Amino acid sequence: MNAMSHTTGGNAYNFGFLDEYAKKEIRRAVLKAIAIPGYQVPYASREMPMGRGFGTGGLQLTLALIGPGEVVKVIDQGSDDSVNAVNLRQFIEMTCPGVSTTTRTAEASLIQSRHRIPERPLTPTQILVLQVPYPDPLVVVEPSEDKRKIMHGEADYSRLLVKLYEDIVQFDEITISHRYPTRINGHYVIDPSPIPRWDVPRLDHAAALTLFGAGREKKIYAVPPHTRAEPLAFSDVPFRVEDFRDAAGRRRACARCGCTDSFLDEFSSDAGEKVYQCSDTDWCDEKLLRKESLRGEAA
Amino acid sequence: MSYVAIKGGGRAITGAAAVTEFLRTEQGLGNPAAEPLEIDTILHQLRHLVDRVVSEGGVYHPQFAALAVKQSLGDTLEAAFALRAWRSTRPRLTATPPLDTSRMRLIRRISSAFKEIPGGQMLGPTPDYALRLLRLELIDESPDAFRAVARDWLGSCPEAQLPDSFPKVLDALRAEGLLPPLPHPRPLSPGERGESSAFDITREPLVFPVPRSAALATMARAETGSLLAIAYSNMRGYGDVHPTVAELRVGYLPVLLPHPVTGELAEVGEVLMTECEVVAMYAATEPGGKPVFTVGYGACFGHNEVKAISMAILDRALQKGMQDGPANPSEDPEFVLLHVDGVDSMGFASHYKMPHYVTFQSDLDRLRTTQQKSGEPA
Repeated sequence: MNAMSHTTGGNAYNFGFLDEYAKKEIRRAVLKAIAIPGYQVPYASREMPMGRGFGTGGLQLTLALIGPGEVVKVIDQGSDDSVNAVNLRQFIEMTCPGVSTTTRTAEASLIQSRHRIPERPLTPTQILVLQVPYPDPLVVVEPSEDKRKIMHGEADYSRLLVKLYEDIVQFDEITISHRYPTRINGHYVIDPSPIPRWDVPRLDHAAALTLFGAGREKKIYAVPPHTRAEPLAFSDVPFRVEDFRDAAGRRRACARCGCTDSFLDEFSSDAGEKVYQCSDTDWCDEKLLRKESLRGEAA
Repeated sequence: MSYVAIKGGGRAITGAAAVTEFLRTEQGLGNPAAEPLEIDTILHQLRHLVDRVVSEGGVYHPQFAALAVKQSLGDTLEAAFALRAWRSTRPRLTATPPLDTSRMRLIRRISSAFKEIPGGQMLGPTPDYALRLLRLELIDESPDAFRAVARDWLGSCPEAQLPDSFPKVLDALRAEGLLPPLPHPRPLSPGERGESSAFDITREPLVFPVPRSAALATMARAETGSLLAIAYSNMRGYGDVHPTVAELRVGYLPVLLPHPVTGELAEVGEVLMTECEVVAMYAATEPGGKPVFTVGYGACFGHNEVKAISMAILDRALQKGMQDGPANPSEDPEFVLLHVDGVDSMGFASHYKMPHYVTFQSDLDRLRTTQQKSGEPA
């Protein structure tokens, strides 16, 4: 154990900020989370130097798993350059000397993300860490964690299904937009973090390990590779992802790269017109590059 | 076309840090007399700010607490946060055994239960009976006058010999059979061996139901205002503790640690603490048992009396809730313990300032779809 070796001076920080005992504890929780897919493993979340709610749970996972030679990508809202992603990446660079960072999804071995799963399918050698504000999908129907634990143990999700049903009665539509409750490996229902519904099907039988870290709520859970992930739905009311068709029923395209099969961000141009663009910046860049090189070949 | 949505994050962060640092040092603009705030000045002249930060930070490091106050421009939530984050980098090497607070070197000690208590009441430093009038003469305090005050006060003090320890008021009540017996034997003294069995909230998550020691530890580093608000709800009628302060003491508690080789306890230093014990109306210990008063306990680092009293009241309320089921929010362990941490609550409140473009896009999709459907004939 070299817990003290890097933490001698008042200003010197250990590799990965946390002391080695803390990292070991987190890795143990990760192993348990993988062994029981979808089960929320409690752990003694440490205070990080950024705000609770800014990704401290995800960051603790990243810092506990990171090794020298790791290639890390950090995104927020699909973007590498959003303020919080930059902040977390700089912190990782500062506290993990020797680790390299990238914006390319394909190059990363460890990806920490808030609110998105990258569009490019992940590979078996990659780990996705998602930041989680509310780890428990049952919190919308039961405020007491003590009671929720019993419901999870018994796979009693009836009140959640009733909530979906009430939505249909009232709106003829399930109104859960993001954080869509998803059943893992046929038992535990998870809150997949505030990813859009668009991203939920990509958890199902994914090649990569997905880890969920809730720092403030002190929970870690996992969707291991090649594991069933099924959004809650009814046989006559199927689960539906976000609809990006225009009034004429045509799929909108990214205004920048032209992609018609990615999650789009909507905003208003200076002229007041609605513009749509890929939410995943690396995906958009890659598509654009391919388009330009094709154009170059043609010329 | 360039990427519109989120760009330039790195530059924005650097800029925000620079302008914050400008605010901290702005006084020095064209003002040769301006001096940076010394850590020592904060430690002494803003001592209650430091008290609050060591308590909520959960680490007894007054110097770093003062540094945290300085770098956060006096924001106590931010300062406690920085201290906590620093604490995350330190391994836990050992734990103290339960420490005997009757051995506190007191600066203040009162009981509102009895006019006379063994050892006597000692008012000490408190604003409790002061008139809260603005002391306008402090606006232009001269350094000479400032130095004279402390010197004159010490000079006029009689050489009183205070005893090393004061008996606890609760002990007298306990001896009379008015309180339940102590669940554990008395704390250990120097030379004895022993290990703590207290729940360590820094190494174990709260999984409910939690032992009382976990509740006490959580409240000991809770945010003062949060604790006060929930305790106040109990005092006002959302609860029925009706406490009497049996004893409130403030002072320096000797800290004992086991010697790394022999295991014998040795004094390694002292920490400034506030401790409050409240007595509440009685309850039967068990069916058929003799009724006794009930006790609530509060203690925290630093001189923080409102916090210690709030904690003692909530300890009593939570014990009642755990025994009979919670009848009010202040009696519900999950409600109280998961909502009083300043680092957690301020962090989460702040996170709403972060971008939520993706989830809001998803919200828009649901609203538009349901709007569309509600417009259609059924």
